[in-house]
Amino acid sequence: MASYSTNQFKAGLKVLLDGDPCSILENEFVKPGKGQAFNRVKLRNLKTGRVIERTYKSGESLEGADVVDKEFQYLYSDGELWHFMDPETYEQVAAGKTAMEDVAPWLKGQETCLLTLWNGQPLAVAPPNFVILTITRTDPGVRGDTAAGGAKPATLETGAVVKVPLFVENGEVIKIDTRTGEYVSRVKE
Amino acid sequence: MIKPPASVVDWRPCWTPRILRLRADLLARVRCFFSQRGVLEVDTPLLTATPSADPNLMPMRLRSVSADPNPEYYLHTSPEFPMKRLLAAGSGPIYQIAHSFRDDERGRLHQPEFSLLEWYRPGFDHHALMDEVADLLEVTLGADRHERLSVAQAFARFLDLDPHQASLSELQTVARKNGLRLAQSADEAVYLDFLMSHCVAPDLGTPHPTLLYDYPISQCAYAQIREGDPPVAERFEVFVAGIELGNGYHELIDPVEQRMRFVAENAKRRHVGLPEMPLDERLLAALACGMPECAGIALGFDRLVMVAAGAKRLEEVMAFPF
Repeated sequence: MASYSTNQFKAGLKVLLDGDPCSILENEFVKPGKGQAFNRVKLRNLKTGRVIERTYKSGESLEGADVVDKEFQYLYSDGELWHFMDPETYEQVAAGKTAMEDVAPWLKGQETCLLTLWNGQPLAVAPPNFVILTITRTDPGVRGDTAAGGAKPATLETGAVVKVPLFVENGEVIKIDTRTGEYVSRVKE
Repeated sequence: MIKPPASVVDWRPCWTPRILRLRADLLARVRCFFSQRGVLEVDTPLLTATPSADPNLMPMRLRSVSADPNPEYYLHTSPEFPMKRLLAAGSGPIYQIAHSFRDDERGRLHQPEFSLLEWYRPGFDHHALMDEVADLLEVTLGADRHERLSVAQAFARFLDLDPHQASLSELQTVARKNGLRLAQSADEAVYLDFLMSHCVAPDLGTPHPTLLYDYPISQCAYAQIREGDPPVAERFEVFVAGIELGNGYHELIDPVEQRMRFVAENAKRRHVGLPEMPLDERLLAALACGMPECAGIALGFDRLVMVAAGAKRLEEVMAFPF
């Protein structure tokens, strides 16, 4: 992988920092009128999500990180790993628990997800913005309460639990925004 | 050649009419300020054969298209050397608003071409010049008060560190704790520059301008050194709202010492793989002939406009930033 000099630093550039892949968020040129020039850089560690601040002497460089974003189709989970397939090459990759923790409850299979790969391995998985899932368990809403705009919990076929309006019933199919985890609408089959 | 349609070419200046007027108004105030004080406006060449040898400055070298080009020319990084020759020739107090050029400088507070307001006051030391800088900030920014801090006081306040006495390893430890990562070892000056620009300067100049003075001798640049315990460089900087506006000296006038500093700068350039610069022998000859005791300062005029305008970036106050 190529290395990048401070004058090539810009937001979005992926570099290696202490062996971890990071994405540059901000890069500021800092130079006293008389004295050494520096680049003050804010980076996100793509493995941990933590934001780090580092300063380098201008002219120094960091090794690039082979990080790419690519769309994959979700296939199945064997309980430990979640398997995805590149729809163009049919190549398969597997993501572990850390990458899937917040994502798995929205996936039942076939969904197109955006994978962030580092050296070919998934670092992060972004589910589709909207998913459509069937409610497997929810208590009947109490009629008359609807005017109050109340909500009740509903368990979905994937195990995820979301708040739904009182009029939504067991067995219905609903649309959910995965970015907020909120109910959007009922879906007529 | 096919020309793109005129609507696609971005020809408009960046600044707004408000900034245009503010800049003109500040220029007028500056000229009036110096005229009232009997400081003469001068105009020295931008072209030079002997640019600054400061290893932290990158002068721009010109390449002529002529078949028979002149010897090496550079654009100056500041008008310091010719202005000092004027002083040595008996000009008396002088000022200049000069476009200056520094390669590899680009950022929120940097443009490769910018304007310096540089002035020299025979008979002044750095404290007397600091008084005058404070007066100028009152006239231009309406700052009726200022804070004066020694570098030692500032480092004690923000880092609990003595910048004059701290060992290299102490400086390294504090710098590392504050996020500095270096591929190669560095000298005290680099660590002090880092701590100053990242941990001290951002808090200076609020709510009133700060005049920071008496620097560690490793950062003496072209300032006189005052013997003592510890010895200090009689240098100062001006900060407003965390932004360094200018850098001044009780000027070095000893030609032997000046030559040694030039040689040291070139040694540093060699060490980091930069080409050495020819020494400005005419400046050295002028000093040998006798430059009056004086204090001088270079102040970033665009930054002054930026602060007056409440702008966040230098481009906002330049008509055609690079």
